[in-house]
Amino acid sequence: MDFLTLIQVLDSTVRLAVPLLLACLAGLYSERAGIFDIGLEGKMLMAAFFSAAIAAVTGSVWLGLLAGIASSLILSGLHGLASITFRGNQLISGVAINFLAAGMTVLVAQSWFSQGGRTPSLFGNGRFEPITFPFADALSDVPVIGPIYSELLSGHSILVYVAFLMVPLTWWILFRTRFGLRLRAVGENPAAVDTAGVSVVGLRYAAVAICGVLCGIAGAYLATALQAGFVKDMTAGRGFIALAALIFAKWRPWQAMGACLLFGLLQAIALRFQNIDLGGVVIPVQVMDALPYILTVVILAGFVGKAVPPRAGGEPYVKER
Amino acid sequence: MSDLWGLSWPRTNYNKREYEMTLMKSLMGAAAAIALTAGAAMAEPALIFDLGGKFDKSFNEAAHNGASRWAEETGGSYREIEIQSEAQREQALRRFAEAGANPIITMGFGMADPLSAVAGDYPDTKFVAVDVNWLDIPNIRQIGFAEHEGSYLVGMMAAMASESGTVGFIGGMDIPLIRHFGCGYAQGAKAVNPEIEVVANMTGTTPAAWNDPVKGSELTKAQISQGADVIYAAAGGTGVGVLQTAADEGILSIGVDSNQNHLHPGKVLTSMLKRVDVAVYDAMKAGDGLETGVFQMGLAEEGVGYALDDNNAPLVSDDMKGAVDKARQDIIDGNISVVSYYENDSCPALQF
Repeated sequence: MDFLTLIQVLDSTVRLAVPLLLACLAGLYSERAGIFDIGLEGKMLMAAFFSAAIAAVTGSVWLGLLAGIASSLILSGLHGLASITFRGNQLISGVAINFLAAGMTVLVAQSWFSQGGRTPSLFGNGRFEPITFPFADALSDVPVIGPIYSELLSGHSILVYVAFLMVPLTWWILFRTRFGLRLRAVGENPAAVDTAGVSVVGLRYAAVAICGVLCGIAGAYLATALQAGFVKDMTAGRGFIALAALIFAKWRPWQAMGACLLFGLLQAIALRFQNIDLGGVVIPVQVMDALPYILTVVILAGFVGKAVPPRAGGEPYVKER
Repeated sequence: MSDLWGLSWPRTNYNKREYEMTLMKSLMGAAAAIALTAGAAMAEPALIFDLGGKFDKSFNEAAHNGASRWAEETGGSYREIEIQSEAQREQALRRFAEAGANPIITMGFGMADPLSAVAGDYPDTKFVAVDVNWLDIPNIRQIGFAEHEGSYLVGMMAAMASESGTVGFIGGMDIPLIRHFGCGYAQGAKAVNPEIEVVANMTGTTPAAWNDPVKGSELTKAQISQGADVIYAAAGGTGVGVLQTAADEGILSIGVDSNQNHLHPGKVLTSMLKRVDVAVYDAMKAGDGLETGVFQMGLAEEGVGYALDDNNAPLVSDDMKGAVDKARQDIIDGNISVVSYYENDSCPALQF
């Protein structure tokens, strides 16, 4: 494998990791606050559809992004209503959101555009264009650093940079602000937070809302930056891989980025090399596709440290009377 | 949504009138999404789409086009369902058969097993199986397409249009049928240029591979970085991403099943046509007098071919057209034989 191929694989890794990273951070906020969310997939899908639909109708990708975030927020609100206010089962609510999104997107798309559950193709300002860094072309001939700068770092859409900036920001919010401390506390011991006079319900809704915003960006990235339009079920299980990455990262932001990049790298390698020949042993492409899940199971089984979820995760908070 | 529909179906066999009533009720209640034209119960044809969905701009959409053409021309109506899961295949077959639909047209190789289970129970109903040709049941019309022959032609065109000497193939789910496409394509490309390199990738091994345009895009970029400048997508909805990225990156792509040249005018070299629409139209037109047996639709029957229209006319030179048309005739006459992947589950021109 020569250097240029390596750069191309890493470039592909970045593109594939970004939707995972955004969804993973979304899940991080929600689950740290004690709300399990397996509806990441559904929220991304809904956002992908509405961002593409609004971008196609208005011709502005920014309006599309807002619409995507709004639609994802509505689903988040639904999840919050079911699991915080009405204290329903969080997993069931999440599953319901996934079903709702899978059906609704195609239904609305069909009655709106009559293109068989798709949106029209986006072009011009309807898509996020890649951002080229200054001097990217001039530097591309410089050995080693040139390709890294002009191929790997430059030339992604703005949402990619937003996603990576979210990692330190999330770390700072969760571990260096009062809001973050309370948010983590509400996932570990909501009764203590309540005793201190802070609203458990309010904090949990805030976490779920942040989760909605991030899923919205992830969906918009899929439909308007990576693709030029919505296709049914286009998230193709990325919300679940993001959940796996979240467990893999043991609910920590920097590790989440590492996990998403690792899973992205595995996908990129699987896409670039159909079968990998390791001196006589041929690794079929299917092994690479399955590796994220296998790694997560290994982590969950406790072979590599222990993955302990937030203690109050999955339990609705009932105030004692 | 259609699961709901499935659950709400009655489990026992009512008489037909009662059955229609229940059908209408459950339709009104739960399944507004499924356009099932339940009208007069006079042996209407029925059409069962495969998992890709009615509007995949490809295989299933071709069937839909054929059926709509029949409905427009004859003023008849037909029933249809887009199945959502494997479990619904047999269920949908039985329901249509119980309701007296005839013939019942099914799409895709996945219907072979459900058909073997169901067809014997309804000897008076005729079934049509598109992409199935290995069953031994008297009341099924089995239609196989010679995809390798059509793919051979577009492979030739790819090799002639390529300047880099590398062409690409992106398949959907890794199944023998898709390898069959890829195998014919590689043989065609190598017939023009024996030195040509064919890069082949499959999107995945689960049905999700039919609807993952993001992965299709990444595969396209990966193939471009390996030098490919013409890429053939046989991947259902995933192909949308392949064609899009190919157009964005300024290389040529080849569509599949339906004519996809219009998706990116001037950027899609051609489309490998598989005339599913003709097969469906003919079956509906024949009605219950349908002839059963195994039918092969190849180049000679115009069952497969390549698409030429205003959108790709500037891309196809006269030389190209002449060479491809000659090869077409040679294949029909038997002067060229395109090896089918099915013959011994391997391809002489391409390693998967």
